[in-house]
Amino acid sequence: MQRAMKKWSPILVLPTLAAFMIAFIIPFITGIYLSFTKFTTVNNAKWVGVSNYIKAFSNDDFINALWFTVKFTVVSVITINVLAFLLALLLTKAIKGTNLFRTTFFMPNLIGGIVLGYIWLMIINGVLQYFGATITTDATYGFWGLVVLMNWQLVGYMMIIYIAGIQNVSPDLLEAADIDGASSWQKLTKITLPQVMPSITICTFLTLTNSFKLFDQNLALTAGAPGKQTQMMALDIYNTFYGRVGWQGVGQAKAVIFFVIVAAIALTQLYFTRSKEVES
Amino acid sequence: MADKTATTPQVNETVKVKEKSKATDWVKFVALIIVACVVVAPIILVIMNSFKGKLFVSSDPFAFPTAESFVGLNNYINGIEKIDFFNAFGVSLFITVFSVLVIILCTSMCAWFIVRVKAWYTKALYLLCAFSMIVPFQMVMFPMSQIANILHLDNMFGIIFIYLGFGAGLAVFLFTGFIKSVPLEIEEAAMIDGCGPMRTFFLIVMPILKPTAITVAILQAMWIWNDYLLPTLILGDTKTLPMAIQYLRGGYGSVDMAAMMAMLVLAIIPIIVFYLCCQKYIIKGVVAGAVKG
Repeated sequence: MQRAMKKWSPILVLPTLAAFMIAFIIPFITGIYLSFTKFTTVNNAKWVGVSNYIKAFSNDDFINALWFTVKFTVVSVITINVLAFLLALLLTKAIKGTNLFRTTFFMPNLIGGIVLGYIWLMIINGVLQYFGATITTDATYGFWGLVVLMNWQLVGYMMIIYIAGIQNVSPDLLEAADIDGASSWQKLTKITLPQVMPSITICTFLTLTNSFKLFDQNLALTAGAPGKQTQMMALDIYNTFYGRVGWQGVGQAKAVIFFVIVAAIALTQLYFTRSKEVES
Repeated sequence: MADKTATTPQVNETVKVKEKSKATDWVKFVALIIVACVVVAPIILVIMNSFKGKLFVSSDPFAFPTAESFVGLNNYINGIEKIDFFNAFGVSLFITVFSVLVIILCTSMCAWFIVRVKAWYTKALYLLCAFSMIVPFQMVMFPMSQIANILHLDNMFGIIFIYLGFGAGLAVFLFTGFIKSVPLEIEEAAMIDGCGPMRTFFLIVMPILKPTAITVAILQAMWIWNDYLLPTLILGDTKTLPMAIQYLRGGYGSVDMAAMMAMLVLAIIPIIVFYLCCQKYIIKGVVAGAVKG
């Protein structure tokens, strides 16, 4: 069977392989190489060693974007997961219209980042004008605007994953706890929470990476204004590439740093998932 | 007698507990209603404002349209003209539909090959696909757009090929995960009976893969339909829907918010209709994708 399949590999594998090579593998390797060069197109690269990395780390915009992204990620991961978990708890108790609520809460997740950004631009500016301000008046407004937007988009999605986790908690355990006279708080912290650990890992991972890599929403809502104070890493890299002539190399170096950070987060998370899987 | 006096308080207590839980149920229900309102309100606001004049959208976005502020379909007509809405919609639809079809067909075959042919290179390809899922787009964006230019993939047809490359990671990952659980015997029997690999794939493997194919299709469709940055870098003048909407933001942050609201409504409606039609599949698919990926 393997022999016969290998004969057909030009049809079975080649299209995907070729596209994967051209869209991902080759650009990835080129990208690492280009981060050590000065270039304007891929054909005129000149080796400059690590100077791009030095420029990236001494670039205030980049450092500011890094901190803004980290702060935003921490706040939104916590708020999204807490809210989603609470809603999931409410919706796993038998309440009328559970399905309708689920359908409604999940809906914002389908709307794209650019559209989301402009919806919230209208709303947030509408609220702020009563205080004589707009979202670009102060970086704090932009920050919390992004947090609210992100919550609106992702809480429903995470809630669905938590619901699946909570429904898997064995009813026998809860019943046994009832007989032993456990309070609902004890049941929640001692039985439900440990049992939904896998869902928590997944949700933290998804919110973490999604928040860290945020681009469209950032571009539509504030585009980095005021100044570049609300610019997140992805947007800063984009602007370095396409907004500053001669800085493409630095942009690519920033992108490599960005990749290393995201990969480190993802692998740490994976490590934790594995260790949890061994336990259970 | 002694028995009776002992039991009555208990009965009373259970009744009380029931009443109490009914009351908290109501509190919970009201809380959920409030959250539902918060979720829906932004969309209602957008619809409301899409019928109001430019000035009123920014000065009083929370008011219902009045005789004074109501402008009928002006914002819609204006917006559709400004961004060539129907063209952008068509471009988005074309790219999404064909990219998803190509991704499903190619990556499912590829995943089948990876699982059934045991060799170092299939293993390597699988690991590379998994790896590609954690690499942020910014890492490859510049070299990729340059290569696409050189190879003349910078058009509506070429971008489908690019999407196949970018979608391959998740799609191959999900498909291989499923095929591993499919017993080999059925396919072997088909091959012994004289089915070639292609016929075996289309007649036997493809039907078994259907649930995963739906998951992959939904995840990829949502991503491609909403994608902004990749088509911006590749397509240039041909605009997809997110690109057209972003185009309404003029230079230096000035936005025609009235036309914007109308275009947002037109952009959201198809998504909501699609969602209401197949919400069961969508929710299942998204969760399955998240849990396995």
